[in-house]
Amino acid sequence: MDYFAQQLINGIVLGSIYGLIAIGYTMVYGIVGMINFAHGDIFMIGGFIALISFLILVSLGLTMVPVILFIVLLVSMAVTALYGWTVERIAYRPLRHSFRLAPMLSAIGMSFVLSNFSQVSQGARVKPVPPIITGGYTLLEQNGFAVRLSNVQIIVVVSTIVLLAIFTWLVARTRLGRDMRACEQDQIMAALLGVDVDRTISMTFVIGSALAAVAGMMYLLYYGLVDFYMGFVAGIKAFTAAVLGGIGSLPGAMLGGLAIGLIETLWSAYFSVEYKDVAAFSILIVVLIFLPTGLLGRPEVEKV
Amino acid sequence: MSADCILMVDHLSMRFGGIVAVNDLSFDAERRKITALIGPNGAGKTTVFNCITGFYKPTAGTMRIAHETGAEIRLERLNDFRISKQARVARTFQNIRLFPGMTVLENLMVAQHNALMLASGLTFLGLIGAPSWRSAEKRAIDQAKLWLERIALLDRADDAAGNLPYGDQRRLEIARAMCTEPVLLCLDEPAAGLNRRESAALSELLLSIRADHGSSILLIEHDMSVVMEISDRVVVMDYGQKIAEGAPRDVRDDPKVIAAYLGADEQEAIAVMESGT
Amino acid sequence: MTTLAPEPTGVSRAPMIAFIFKKALISALVALVLFSLMIGIRTEAGPTGQLIYWTRFGDLAAMVAIVFGGSIVMELLRHWWGPVGTVRIMPPSAQNALALLRRAVAPILLIFTVLVPVIFYDQRYILDLGILVLTYVMLGWGLNVVVGLAGLLDLGYVAFYAVGAYSYALLATNFGLSFWICLPLAGILAALWGVMLGFPVLRLRGDYLAIVTLAFGEIIRLVIINWESLTGGPNGVSGIPRPTLFGIPLTPGDDGLAARLGIEFSPTHRIVFLFYLILALALLTNWVTIRLRRLPIGRAWEALREDEVACRALGINTTTTKLTAFATGAMFGGFAGAFFATRQGFISPESFTFQESALVLAIVVLGGMGSQLGVALAALGMIGGFELFRGLEQYRMLVFGIAMVLLMIWRPRGLIGHRAPTLFLKQAQAISSDLAGEGRG
Repeated sequence: MDYFAQQLINGIVLGSIYGLIAIGYTMVYGIVGMINFAHGDIFMIGGFIALISFLILVSLGLTMVPVILFIVLLVSMAVTALYGWTVERIAYRPLRHSFRLAPMLSAIGMSFVLSNFSQVSQGARVKPVPPIITGGYTLLEQNGFAVRLSNVQIIVVVSTIVLLAIFTWLVARTRLGRDMRACEQDQIMAALLGVDVDRTISMTFVIGSALAAVAGMMYLLYYGLVDFYMGFVAGIKAFTAAVLGGIGSLPGAMLGGLAIGLIETLWSAYFSVEYKDVAAFSILIVVLIFLPTGLLGRPEVEKV
Repeated sequence: MSADCILMVDHLSMRFGGIVAVNDLSFDAERRKITALIGPNGAGKTTVFNCITGFYKPTAGTMRIAHETGAEIRLERLNDFRISKQARVARTFQNIRLFPGMTVLENLMVAQHNALMLASGLTFLGLIGAPSWRSAEKRAIDQAKLWLERIALLDRADDAAGNLPYGDQRRLEIARAMCTEPVLLCLDEPAAGLNRRESAALSELLLSIRADHGSSILLIEHDMSVVMEISDRVVVMDYGQKIAEGAPRDVRDDPKVIAAYLGADEQEAIAVMESGT
Repeated sequence: MTTLAPEPTGVSRAPMIAFIFKKALISALVALVLFSLMIGIRTEAGPTGQLIYWTRFGDLAAMVAIVFGGSIVMELLRHWWGPVGTVRIMPPSAQNALALLRRAVAPILLIFTVLVPVIFYDQRYILDLGILVLTYVMLGWGLNVVVGLAGLLDLGYVAFYAVGAYSYALLATNFGLSFWICLPLAGILAALWGVMLGFPVLRLRGDYLAIVTLAFGEIIRLVIINWESLTGGPNGVSGIPRPTLFGIPLTPGDDGLAARLGIEFSPTHRIVFLFYLILALALLTNWVTIRLRRLPIGRAWEALREDEVACRALGINTTTTKLTAFATGAMFGGFAGAFFATRQGFISPESFTFQESALVLAIVVLGGMGSQLGVALAALGMIGGFELFRGLEQYRMLVFGIAMVLLMIWRPRGLIGHRAPTLFLKQAQAISSDLAGEGRG
């Protein structure tokens, strides 16, 4: 029972990370109707930026952990958001009205560029960091097995909740959110009504990338390492989460993320670790076959 | 039913979530006749079409096709392609769905796909170039040429369908539907966007289809001149329900129908008609 | 009478230069921020396991300068050439000459390819490169059936390649079956796998189908890596027997082909044999595809790509049509996989990554969907281009990614911008790719 409880905690933490990435997928798919294949690699870049800024701050002599974390968070979000903005400007905007395969191949190309860019610029080896945040709480102890909730885990979940609240408010209440929803429904009409479609789409990518950066930083804190390949696998899983939750739905993305995180953790714990990725990919296939609109998505009726 | 009906729609209903698009609709289309389905925008006409041609699954009701062989097919039980293949119901679309990147001739050949697939021995006879396949292909090309002549597009047979002017595209779509040798041809606003001359040519084409091929036609149309000229029977819908049915002249003078189109209520329409203005 | 002087046309120079300069400056600033941490700082796991770093400000400055300069160049080019997509009208004489050239390309290329082993007999490197190019040409032609003709987005084509390779490898090493028996078996197994895969997912639309096929490809790779008892896991399968000319081995011994023909044995014989083998397989793929295009099934594939809804309204069973496209493409992928296994003698899961699928897809799209010649040229260009990066492997995928992005912006419809009709009454007219459908599913 305690083993299960521990896996639950771990699963929720992992799921929060996936959820943050999934939000980026679902927002972009909702507004421009494309799967941003490079988004997983944006997450990876976010992790790298966090790693490097962290290293610099420490070597500059800062020791107060909350200050370091805050600065790293800001830097990582800002720089990664710029990466997302640049990718959209260079690789997607020129192809917005092109035929459908073009932005997809461009996105795949961009994905290769980002992952190989980090491989070339930072070397192919995995980059480990010593644990930055230590300590935690023992929730209960039984038969020699302790269910632990570490501080890192708390930070991850709390940050996720806070960010999710902020962005839900953003989408529902602000002008930008309204513009986004308008563009999702009918881009041409929105433009005719004075919405700056280009800027709105750019902001969508920026926000999605910023959230992915947070996920990258959380990943770094939680697992203590980054590598250039982590974007590919995490990307597919996060996309699975977005689809599971219902593409286009913000809470759905988070829900899907939690589901995937839990399934992956429980599968590794109780069945086999080697096949955990297979489990995640299989879920994608199963969901798309049997529940294509996801848990919280809206069913699409084909108009003839 | 005294007349010989090819299509019998009984208590058809279609709901989308909370919206009732079609509400308990019943009507018949007679064999070898042209039946028009008219009504103001939003009346549910295209929804009815989509139910009949298998693009929507109706929430309630039945639609039966009676073939001359005596076989009766329940359309709501078939899904998509089978309605064309087994029930022999063909349709055209409001927004013209040709194959734009293929030539006019190729469009008509695709329509004869099922017959040709059998003739090609599920492709294998075709691969080895068997003579039976070759003659079947030639027959299909001849059939296509016949239709091209009827719609006066024979000299544009090798042009890309997407390059044709609008009126030609409409006629091509009808010819393509006819190449599937249907017993019921459903046309979704075939006269939309056509000028007077083109509408007249369309009317002529539809009348000749009825006369020469013995196909029954069901059409949705807003162009009243076409409806009045060619229909044998008119069914009027408004807000998802049938409000009138009968010969074109009777329907045209029905105050309920006038009221529906004007957006007024029936009393007003009667008052206007009686005052003679 | 006053005559009005014409309005000055063209923008005057000074604001133009300022505009370009401003744009370049912004690009350089963006580059500075983007590259500051990733290029300016280099991290690495240090000797004692902790993370160390050093600075590379020189590299950073160089990259920013390149971006600045490149931005200026791009703007100037855009000013001179016009925006991407402007149509240039050529004089009719040039158009006719070009058309003649186009018709000649395919036969010339074919003759040249057949003669490659003769011309380059001693250059093992060129022969190997030729075999590699032809393998990708075949893969491209195979995927072309799925993506180019039927318009189905398949991002997991490498799965069929893997099934073919592992089928031959395992059948040959475990049961000792010859290549010529295993080849059709590999194709059949791959096609079966294609049907099994396709059946549940082919009604998905567009992007969803793409990602599902990607997931399938990854699942295959992970299963191969982890199912060690069957596939040997990450160590792969080795000792795969070399191909024989219908039972006659190409070895130096007395029973070898050389001895039988009475000529001196040379290891080049095997390479030449492999070259003609893959050429034959590729040409078979090409021939079958061209014939199928003229048959109802091929026409149905293309109609599917143009407008699936219209196909259904014409009584075409779109599910089986999609499945046959999928299975046919898979079969050719399986053949190519079997060839790959016999050529290498050894296979491992590392050869079957998503990058391979992406590469083959890029070849198909670059070639101009549906065009056989285009795909062949694109394969030649891509693989040839890859070879130029011998020794610079780490930059290879980076340049490939950049190339994909640039090519999609510049020529999204591929090299060959038109479709050839399969049937005509009087004259075949090439149909511009802008008209052709893209496939929604």
